[in-house]
Amino acid sequence: MPDSATLPTLEDALALGLTRAEYELVCEHQGAAPNQVELAMYSLLWSEHCAYKHSKKLLRTLPTEGDHVVMGPGENAGAVDVGRGLVCAFKVESHNHPSAVEPFQGAATGVGGILRDIFAIGARPIAVLDSLRFGDPHAPGAAGARSRYLLDGAVSGIGHYGNSIGVPTVGGEVYFEAPYEQNCLVNAMALGLARREELVTSAAVGPGNAVVLFGASTGRDGIGGASVLASAELDHDGEDAAEKRPTVQVGDPFEEKKLLECSLELLRSGLLVSLQDLGAAGLTSSASEMASKGGVGIDLDVARVPLREPDMAPWEIMVSESQERMLCVVAPADVAAVLDVCEKWEVSGAAIGAVTDSGRVRVLSDGVTVGDMPVRALVDDCPLYDLHPRRPERGGASLYPPPPATLSAQAPAQQALLALLGSPNLASRRALFEQYDSIVQSRTVRRPGSADASVLELPDGGALAASIDGNGRRIAADPYRGTLAAVLECAANLACVGAEPLGATNNLNFGNPEKEHVAWQLVECVRGLGDGCRALAAPIVGGNVSLYNEGPAGPIYPTPVIGMVGRLPDAARAAGLGFAADGEAIALVGAFIPSLDAGELSKLLGQPLRDGLPELDLDGILATLAAVREAVRAGTLSSAHDLAEGGLAVALAECCIAGATGASVRLDSAGSPAQTLFGELSGCFILSGPQQALAALAERAPVAQIGVVGGSALEVALDDEEQPAIAVSVAELAAVHDQGLAELFA
Amino acid sequence: MKFAVLQFPGSCDEVDALTAARRVGDAELVWHRERDLRGADAVIVPGGFSYGDYLRAGAIARFSPAMESVIEFAAAGGLVLGICNGFQVLCEARLLPGALLPNANLRFTCRQVELELVNARTPFTIACAERARLSIPAKHAWGRYYADADTLAALERHDQVVLRYAPGHNFNGSRNDIAGVCNAAGNVFGLMPHPEHAVEQLTGGSADGLCIFSSMALAAEGARA
Repeated sequence: MPDSATLPTLEDALALGLTRAEYELVCEHQGAAPNQVELAMYSLLWSEHCAYKHSKKLLRTLPTEGDHVVMGPGENAGAVDVGRGLVCAFKVESHNHPSAVEPFQGAATGVGGILRDIFAIGARPIAVLDSLRFGDPHAPGAAGARSRYLLDGAVSGIGHYGNSIGVPTVGGEVYFEAPYEQNCLVNAMALGLARREELVTSAAVGPGNAVVLFGASTGRDGIGGASVLASAELDHDGEDAAEKRPTVQVGDPFEEKKLLECSLELLRSGLLVSLQDLGAAGLTSSASEMASKGGVGIDLDVARVPLREPDMAPWEIMVSESQERMLCVVAPADVAAVLDVCEKWEVSGAAIGAVTDSGRVRVLSDGVTVGDMPVRALVDDCPLYDLHPRRPERGGASLYPPPPATLSAQAPAQQALLALLGSPNLASRRALFEQYDSIVQSRTVRRPGSADASVLELPDGGALAASIDGNGRRIAADPYRGTLAAVLECAANLACVGAEPLGATNNLNFGNPEKEHVAWQLVECVRGLGDGCRALAAPIVGGNVSLYNEGPAGPIYPTPVIGMVGRLPDAARAAGLGFAADGEAIALVGAFIPSLDAGELSKLLGQPLRDGLPELDLDGILATLAAVREAVRAGTLSSAHDLAEGGLAVALAECCIAGATGASVRLDSAGSPAQTLFGELSGCFILSGPQQALAALAERAPVAQIGVVGGSALEVALDDEEQPAIAVSVAELAAVHDQGLAELFA
Repeated sequence: MKFAVLQFPGSCDEVDALTAARRVGDAELVWHRERDLRGADAVIVPGGFSYGDYLRAGAIARFSPAMESVIEFAAAGGLVLGICNGFQVLCEARLLPGALLPNANLRFTCRQVELELVNARTPFTIACAERARLSIPAKHAWGRYYADADTLAALERHDQVVLRYAPGHNFNGSRNDIAGVCNAAGNVFGLMPHPEHAVEQLTGGSADGLCIFSSMALAAEGARA
């Protein structure tokens, strides 16, 4: 930026990420060339990250309304009614680019940011789930080492922040695929609980009311994060990452813990008119959005902002992304009481401005105006762009090179099973989730790895269930059906614990939307997301978009991450995934039409992605989900697990490992042996329990009784063959399963 | 029977401790700036990251006004239980011998562990079965119990080792597999695992931790009678 004496030029605007046309539009709104405070603020609010300029039109097609929705998109987080006057607030958000640059702080502040979104609407955060994607950890040389470094750093960062603040990390997912090598994904989802009447919005109202900033002091960290980091491709040769490191914010969970308790106490005391957290674009975005929502203006005096370092310029104070800060609107008579509560929690607070009826954001420095902009121009008038989607000529799958083969096509079934169980994508997540406190707050009914969904007890004896999913490789093969399948996977996970969806949140992680093939992925995925959520009556109540996840090697897999929240009436009946009692029957429930396309086995075999996934029988799947959910709720089953990556054989092995018991199974072939054992599909489950309970399901869904729980080995035979295709001790399965991810942290 | 549960900025498990204590008696939170322990019969210093655990786990909390009262309370024979960060605070305050070092694996680890009850005659364990085996979650990054050889020998000699990790469960590398110790007088007890998180099967994986709280209630009632 130039010094304050000279006005910034078009070149400065371009360097900040604005286009020439956008800069001219800014001049038009301002009636003159913007000064440096104004240009800095426009460039951030008109960035992709803040303005959603390439995705907003598409997002409007998503279902956002439903019976349970209490707060929809547009607020800091969405919220659904969970009964007895309680609401669950939830949202997923990404911190991809910062994590690629500095994984520990990037992931930590990602957790901090999503937690602030939850308590900004008045809910106490009760759980975190995360969805992570990294490159192939076994790639030779520096590439593999870097992926392992990013994994270790991101997991440590998530743990550091979540553990220290007393919010349990109860679930999540992690996958490793080469297209994420240069652009790892770190998406964090948080859930909160509030009484319905305690919810607060961020709309600033009441000209004359005071604007109070509280929390950490403001420093130079994270300046320009939203425009420089989050809205452009990272040009990866390592040097770029090192250069951009100072734009990554540094988190302090202790400061946030105090801020959380302070915010909730302020809200409970009825002292706040509205509340908003400071995230991307700091004060600029918070103040402008509060003013926009309330249809008012705001005056801020940067000289009154508590600073971490001296001599910060007004524009730096306005765009700083220092963490752990909140902005609130307070009646003038309540300011002293608000500052008293801040003092109790050892949080610094300062009245830095006032709500006005001007419809403008005015930035003052010691009373002198240093920036003056119409709220509407800042927040609403950023140009929106049409996408130009075009399906790649040789199909979407052709964008990605085939993975290296790590298993021979001639490998017998048992060897393939062990290779799958030990692969980073399917191995036990224990080594990862043990680094997270999953039990604080005493609500966690099913700990990570013990059930298909996370289950959190509610005061009335019911429970919330949550799941997060988004298999990028399948979505790359077929953006529409792959996304639909990801939505159904979330619902299947909920069904396994007896939960019915209440709502969903999504994080759209994509490459550069200005490229036609990425635009096509985006459009198709959003179509699948909308159709899936409509079919399940699970409206999208909030979310986030992360674009430009792309480097010289191409875009990431299209990765819409879906988080779904549901409710079950009886927490104690949430089924686990492990087989529970010797002698009980095992059933395969759902229409079993497995396919190896874009599956984990084809990845290990090094096969290129093929275009398209098989058609989904949506009605049939919905009927199966309902049947499983009702059976789990009735308490008649002993375990429930859905078929996902690696297919039936991997699901059976997981049920054996989790239950520490064997099983003897005979299957009717559904295609080749590999297809039957390892083919993937939606809407199929492995259930165990008394034979009559499983047979009773046949009225509502296809049921095949395939075997019996017991013994110390998993034996799987096909058709009437005498020799089982798989006969391996559970001890060996467990040992292989336990190592695959653990060794990456060594 | 009334418990006071201390609350520092950065405490995380204070509500869990409060809820667990209320299963056997009355309990209320005491803010770190207060000196009045509200006539409590026993004090719980809960888990979490008091003052962010900056400097060293528990090192700052030890100087809080509430802790000054706890030190007096302990000197007068009052029952004091420190859980996880609370154990670290009690060691920093010299109410308990030894120190807690970073886990041997150098990572925060959250895991259900099996504990062996070594001394069932303390005010914190009299309601537990003799030689009980308790299944209780542990979750910490700094839980490796350390004391020098002479101190360890004295602890063993005077039955101050109250709980040990069962074979295969000492993930943090604690010396002598020590999970919990008491002071020589027997009225101050600290442990790294979280009994307040094991007071019911559904969320705790067991209700084995409850006997710690019922022991304290029993001991306090006995002391009153």
